[in-house]
Amino acid sequence: MAKFTLQFRMEYCKGCELCVASCPKHILAIGDEIGAKGYRTVTATDMELCIGCRSCALMCPDNVIEIYTEGD
Amino acid sequence: MKPIFTITEGMLPVSTSYCPGCTHGISHRIVMECLDEAGKLGEAIGVAPIGCSVVSHQFMNVDMLESAHGRAPAVATGIRRVHPDKVIFTYQGDGDLASIGMSEIIHAANRGETFTTFFINNAIYGMTGGQMAPTTLVGQKSTTSPDGRDPGAVGMPMRMSELIASLDGAVYVERVALDTPAHVRQAKKAVAAALEIQEKRLGFTFVEFLSTCPTNWGLTPANALKFVEEKLIPYYPLGVFKTPERKEEAV
Ligand SMILES: Cc1ncc(C[n+]2csc(CCOP(=O)(O)OP(=O)(O)O)c2C)c(N)n1
Repeated sequence: MAKFTLQFRMEYCKGCELCVASCPKHILAIGDEIGAKGYRTVTATDMELCIGCRSCALMCPDNVIEIYTEGD
Repeated sequence: MKPIFTITEGMLPVSTSYCPGCTHGISHRIVMECLDEAGKLGEAIGVAPIGCSVVSHQFMNVDMLESAHGRAPAVATGIRRVHPDKVIFTYQGDGDLASIGMSEIIHAANRGETFTTFFINNAIYGMTGGQMAPTTLVGQKSTTSPDGRDPGAVGMPMRMSELIASLDGAVYVERVALDTPAHVRQAKKAVAAALEIQEKRLGFTFVEFLSTCPTNWGLTPANALKFVEEKLIPYYPLGVFKTPERKEEAV
């Protein structure tokens, strides 16, 4: 199981790709899904590779990404 | 599941009016994260500018006022007079702060007003469609400099952090950038430092964010970040220009 989970608050995504550009593992992409705002939204391609670095969330201007890890 | 990054309560659950990839959203979030982490969301009063962030009071979950164009420092000065205990900040673009509001910011800084100004330098007027700002780079195209900024005609781009730091009333001045995750982390540290120094009421505190305007620069959001790295940072060096300690040294 993947160590980290990304929760996307899709209703805010404008498909700007700043998360895609900042991901060091290149596991984010803009998908085919069209969100509430009419933009194509972000998707994660392989969460097994996620290192939980938070770069995507730090660069997201629209508060789309929340990150969780296993445990409590 | 343990959260390692969640959205601060300082950001209201609404979609912003900013264009895709505009870094206003990043600077909003880090200011709100710092207030949230200091437990000060309920104690803060912000002053919004004229510019794209004219509606920032609809996005930031703190008490805010709207000011006339460039006059946020004068409004914040008045707020400080009647609210000596609050955390007070202005949030201003470069058209707002360095053009029409130049007089207000300089005099507020020189008086050592004890609020913090967050200065969003995207080297252009965003809201009105991309006119030249005092901060537009030499050669940079805008609707009012279609052949690029000509310093012979309009002078060189103004470095506001350096200008503010030269005033005795300013006690903390730092320039940060929003082009990489590492720089965003540093920007948050600068905001936290400025707010902490505001608590001590030592004088004026100022943080400049090198920001983007993908729409009016005519670049994709990702390429706009590269423009910050390759063009803005070389002309507007990052760093701390003034701290309370260095001020004492100077005296
Ligand atoms: C007194 C007055 N003069 C001019 C304007 C037009 N105006 C609105 S926003 C703006 C510039 C905004 O640019 P900036 O401060 O850089 O903010 P940005 O939109 O880039 O975030 C101007 C000139 C106005 N609203 N009021």
